[in-house]
Amino acid sequence: MAFRKDLLLISSWIKPNTKVLDLGCGDGELLKILKQDKNISGYGIDNDIKNIKLSLKNNVNVLQMDLDKGLKGFELESFDYVVLAQSLQVIKNPKELLNQMLRIGKEVIISFPNMGHWSSRIQLLTCGVMPVTGNLPYAWHDTPNIHLCTIKDFLKFCKDNNFEILEHSITDNNQKTNLLAKLMPNLFGKMATFRIK
Amino acid sequence: MDENSIGYIKPTIITIKNPLKLLSGKILSQYDLIYETYGSLNKDGSNAVLICHALSGNHHVAGYHEGEEKSGWWNNMIGPGKPIDTNKLFVVCLNNLGGCHGSTGPTSINPETDKVYGSDFPIITVSDWVTSQKELMGYLDIPFWKFVIGGSLGGMQALQWSFQYPELINNCIAIAAAPKLTAQNIAFNEIARQAIMKDPNWHNGNYLEKGVSPDQGLALARMLGHITYLSDESMREKFGRDLKTSKLNFNYDVEFQIESYLKYQGEKFVTGFDANTYMLMTKSLDYFDPIKDMSESLINNLQKSKSKFLIISFTSDWRFPPKRSKEIVKLLLDNKRNVSYSEISADGGHDAFLMGNHDYFDIMRSFILESNNGI
Repeated sequence: MAFRKDLLLISSWIKPNTKVLDLGCGDGELLKILKQDKNISGYGIDNDIKNIKLSLKNNVNVLQMDLDKGLKGFELESFDYVVLAQSLQVIKNPKELLNQMLRIGKEVIISFPNMGHWSSRIQLLTCGVMPVTGNLPYAWHDTPNIHLCTIKDFLKFCKDNNFEILEHSITDNNQKTNLLAKLMPNLFGKMATFRIK
Repeated sequence: MDENSIGYIKPTIITIKNPLKLLSGKILSQYDLIYETYGSLNKDGSNAVLICHALSGNHHVAGYHEGEEKSGWWNNMIGPGKPIDTNKLFVVCLNNLGGCHGSTGPTSINPETDKVYGSDFPIITVSDWVTSQKELMGYLDIPFWKFVIGGSLGGMQALQWSFQYPELINNCIAIAAAPKLTAQNIAFNEIARQAIMKDPNWHNGNYLEKGVSPDQGLALARMLGHITYLSDESMREKFGRDLKTSKLNFNYDVEFQIESYLKYQGEKFVTGFDANTYMLMTKSLDYFDPIKDMSESLINNLQKSKSKFLIISFTSDWRFPPKRSKEIVKLLLDNKRNVSYSEISADGGHDAFLMGNHDYFDIMRSFILESNNGI
């Protein structure tokens, strides 16, 4: 099975024998690989019945829940890591969710597509239309993505809320980094991943 | 008969001579259990499934009885190639103690008095049922249950198994269940019991001695129960405000289709069910509260449990709505158990657990298939 490259990076940040909660877990791929390779235990959360079925087929614990209704049922620091991979942009109240994630997890790993990438900027600047990219393929009127942000936005968000950034990675879609993305991440990075607490 | 049916099945009755000490303190010196099995137990006994029935259920869960047109009550779920696949699994279902379909209950003869038990039959709790089910398990030489599965009151028994005998259960599936009844649930049960006890044929529960039975009360109880099993949507869709005749009659006879339906359900029910069993089953539901009853040893048991849990609820179920299932999930999460939860979109109300539903069946199939790998 081809493994989603962004999940490989996240998996490399997670220590063995830990407890992981994966929000918006999709087919449960991340937890499956973490169970096999690192002996982690944990749960995925998703609200799409298709993903619940797929996760069960991957032998992953999965809970059908609406992230917009919060994570109040989980106890303080009950997980080593709470992961939100490429789902930040669909959350109704990202600040509330981030606070909840930091309450129940010792650390939070979060990844999102960077809206500041030059390809998005150019579409708005030259064509005057809302950007549609490979990562964000939806037209403005039928997109689930309601809270898109740039890397710069996210850094300010962390600073304003006193979230401490422990690690980050700015890459292209294949999780490759390059000199330009290193020098000017907000202009040349397509995908951003942060580990915070 | 559908092509994936198990075919014709005959039940078996065994007598358990090992006295059963009940939660109430009373002792049943011996008792019969009636059960059916489907599929075959493999060599190492690692493919056994226990199905626990709900309030009005019985041991006839799948297949057909000779001469009867109606299949077992969960025939859509259990059979060759079905989610609970009898080509791979050995499925056992018994009539619970206190029932009225062949296991010892209020209509049986009390060996100590040679008279029908009637009101003398002790109240049986969920934990007593699990203890008696373990006796059957021993009789059938089943070393552990690969799955214990139940809906509603059956789901409560499945949960109780994981608390009471965690080493004997690998996977627990509790569908449309609750960790305990609410005041509203108990209130409905009490009205049902009052309806039975107010029937002039009740005779303090010893109606069989008099050659009568409190049919009107039992029918009322069933009608009330039935309303709580359906959702507002499903009733509206099925009956709306349709009339049996073309116009209003301005009297108190049955006029609306829903009235006629409930009357039929009540009348049908009393032909095959005993009022004392109904009393007992509702009481057993009321008493179920394993978290409160959980001594430290039960909590330890749960934490020792290697069992995987699947909890399923239905959006339109208002008897045991999704939030009640989520309470079970929370208990399991807090105790760091392996649990999955699915909330199925369905209009069928509480009874949705008995109905065919693509998502529901897929979820069951996926969980069972994956958990069953290695057999």
